[in-house]
Amino acid sequence: MEIIFVMIPLGLALMGVAIWAFFWAVGNGQFDDLEGPAYSVLLDDDDQPKQKDERAEQKPRND
Amino acid sequence: MNELGSCFHCGEPIPRGERRSVLINGEEKPVCCAGCEAVATLIHSAGLDGYYRIRTMPAPRPEDGLIAEGPDEWDVFDREPVQKGFLRRLDAEVSEANLLVQNMNCPACAWLIEHSLRRLDGVEDLQVNPASGRALLRFRSDRIAVSQLMRAIARLGYRPYPAANFKSAAQEERRTALKRLAVAGFGMMQVSTYAVSVWFGAFQGIDPVYRDYLNAISWLVTTPVMLYSGFPFFQGALRDLKARRVGMDVPIALGIVLAYLASVWNALQGLDRVYFDSVTMFIFFLLVGRYIEMAARHKAIHSTEALAQLIPPIARRIDNGEEVRVAAAELAVGDIVAVAPGEAVPADGEVVWGESRFDESMLTGESRPLRRGVGDAVIAGSVNTGDHPIRFRVERTGDDMVLSTIGRLLERAQAQRPRLAHAADRIAGHFVVAVLFIAAAVYAYWWPSDPQLALQAALAVLVVSCPCALGLATPSALVAGTDRLAKEGLLVARSDALETLAKVTHVVFDKTGTLTTGAVTIDRIVPLGSTDPVQALQLATALERHSAHPIAHAFVQQETPYQADRVETRAGGGLEGWIGGRRLRIGTPVFVAELSGTEPVALPEDQASWVVLGDESGPLAMFRLFDDIRPEAEQTLARLRRLGLQVEIASGDRLEPVAAVAKRLGITQYAAAMTPADKLERIKALQRAGAVVAVVGDGINDAPVLAGADVSIAMGSGTALAQTSAAMVLLSDSLRPVAGGVDIARRTARVVRQNLGWALLYNVLALPLAASGWLHPWMAALGMSLSSVVVVVNAMQLARKRSRPHSTEPDDARSLTTGEAF
Repeated sequence: MEIIFVMIPLGLALMGVAIWAFFWAVGNGQFDDLEGPAYSVLLDDDDQPKQKDERAEQKPRND
Repeated sequence: MNELGSCFHCGEPIPRGERRSVLINGEEKPVCCAGCEAVATLIHSAGLDGYYRIRTMPAPRPEDGLIAEGPDEWDVFDREPVQKGFLRRLDAEVSEANLLVQNMNCPACAWLIEHSLRRLDGVEDLQVNPASGRALLRFRSDRIAVSQLMRAIARLGYRPYPAANFKSAAQEERRTALKRLAVAGFGMMQVSTYAVSVWFGAFQGIDPVYRDYLNAISWLVTTPVMLYSGFPFFQGALRDLKARRVGMDVPIALGIVLAYLASVWNALQGLDRVYFDSVTMFIFFLLVGRYIEMAARHKAIHSTEALAQLIPPIARRIDNGEEVRVAAAELAVGDIVAVAPGEAVPADGEVVWGESRFDESMLTGESRPLRRGVGDAVIAGSVNTGDHPIRFRVERTGDDMVLSTIGRLLERAQAQRPRLAHAADRIAGHFVVAVLFIAAAVYAYWWPSDPQLALQAALAVLVVSCPCALGLATPSALVAGTDRLAKEGLLVARSDALETLAKVTHVVFDKTGTLTTGAVTIDRIVPLGSTDPVQALQLATALERHSAHPIAHAFVQQETPYQADRVETRAGGGLEGWIGGRRLRIGTPVFVAELSGTEPVALPEDQASWVVLGDESGPLAMFRLFDDIRPEAEQTLARLRRLGLQVEIASGDRLEPVAAVAKRLGITQYAAAMTPADKLERIKALQRAGAVVAVVGDGINDAPVLAGADVSIAMGSGTALAQTSAAMVLLSDSLRPVAGGVDIARRTARVVRQNLGWALLYNVLALPLAASGWLHPWMAALGMSLSSVVVVVNAMQLARKRSRPHSTEPDDARSLTTGEAF
């Protein structure tokens, strides 16, 4: 059972790492907006037009 | 009503004669105006077409001038004094700007702004939050100026405003709470495993070395949890004690400290009774409750600065005959300021040059723009909707302005509210005192026979009777209900609104812009004599094209082959102009009759406004103008009545139109020509009779009325101020969510009752067990948290429910395609 004299401090060290990582994530704003990013998945690059030369054309046909 | 359909970009009907279109994905999409055309073209050429696929609402129609090329208003934001409020310099190069973005009403808008701004050189990071309408931009000030960023947003059709940095306070609070929660959570997991080991060890025999080791480790982990995560409770308890009252934090802090000290003492003595696990668990679950509460509170924060938003941030001051752009805050009494058409007035003052029309509807409720000439007063926040620039002399600034006065009125009306909150606090205080006494009594009872058991039982009482589930019962249900309401299109801006909405018995509607669309249309043409109605309409249209009066908007959609020239406006009368050598007038009967020298025509006694067209021989035709009832109004009212509510109209408009609307909607109770004071009096009378009144309105003139109501609901299309003062805001330009909201509010109230009942039952059952010493504190902590989980899960069913049992009417096709498809 002496192993717990090693394992528990190791576990505590891991906990320390986890808390540090979480603090970093919070400080980095990862938890600031929990709704918006859900939409960004749906909206990203594949919604871009395939060809760049297909430009919008202005068609004012007012006489 | 219009065969050309609606604008691809903003969804508004395309005026006749407007043939603009934009080529998107090889398809020609019609747009209604140059503004929409420019924005749509910009979006397309930037490769951001995805916006159109994902959006759930049509885009705002860009204001005139917002997207215009050439010199514009944004440059002024590069000046130091103007930047003070909303810009923060993070270091030598990087700055952070906080902007409020008007009309940003769905996540797609936020996406669009985010993606187009990210492409600009110098933009480091930005967060756009559609819920709060805010954008936080971090950029390198050596590479891009803040004016360029604002211009980029404006080009997309959204108007950016500088915003004060108060959001960061809420954000900071949230971040800190998350950190405390994480520390407590991780700590709890660790300490619990050690506790289980010690616990089993107590039965199966454990080497005291290991036991002491585990206890020491638990102590090591618990200490930061208590000091860091538990800090808010100590802070709260201290504040309570200083104020000589007993809040919920007192027994919590006491329980934590006692359990901790007792554990330390027992651990040092080598005893089994160690409660570190209970301490961490207790703190963690309490923090979860606090976090939910905080989230609810943050949702309720609604920008009170929207009032100030009415005032333009910049003004054009005339210094020695030259125009200088200055911050509106820099204006002083006596300054001469120019206001161009389309601009808002930055301060109260008196016109010294020029003449134009001003829309004061947001301040006075007067829906027609008012003519203001030399010597007339203009008020800050009103908008020059006429065609001419004016100059005025500043007479009042800052707190003295009419706008600020309205704001103070609002605050006072709102200050009368928190009586309910006080009552809740007092009851909780009594409860807490009782718990403290019970704990002390339990300790005193057990102490002579078993001092250890006495401590354990007293701790169990303190922990188990923590009014956690009780405390969570209401906020968790309210948060879930609020969330659900927001999905339906009704934003809860004040937390108590949901509770009150459930109890509402009367709903009072404003008319203009609430039950009606607020957009004037031509309802009927009555030709006089042998005039051809089509020709009369064409002549009238030709004349009205030269006017910016709201009545003219009704004509703008019509086509005409005629061209009017030498058109002049007679204030309070109408228009006069020449069409092909024929002198014509359109306006009031008297004004038109003056031209021909005949008797003025008598207008029919009915609900609408009329204008008369005439030439030198006499009147030609009459046009009836109508402000149409919202298409969903009838359905909404029917549903409200099915829910057992009384519906009333209180309007500032003339009796006839109000009566007509009431008749069409089947409302028997209505009152017309009411001032805000009258409306308030009517609401007070209803309240005295025992009614709980909800008011649905849209203008700032309604603001005191809205504040006097038990629940106020403002139209999202209404003015910014009404949104801030109202307890609830309709997110879309539709009345429909009002009825759905009442339904959800009632379900929320039911869940609150269930939750409170459950929490109470739990406490009643657990307290005797704890007092008898049967409950180990960790069991108490677990029981307490389980009861909280039950309460939260019960609340979540409110938010999760996807089916809409009560709304059978089909939704907007647009929201169906995006909302449900994913």
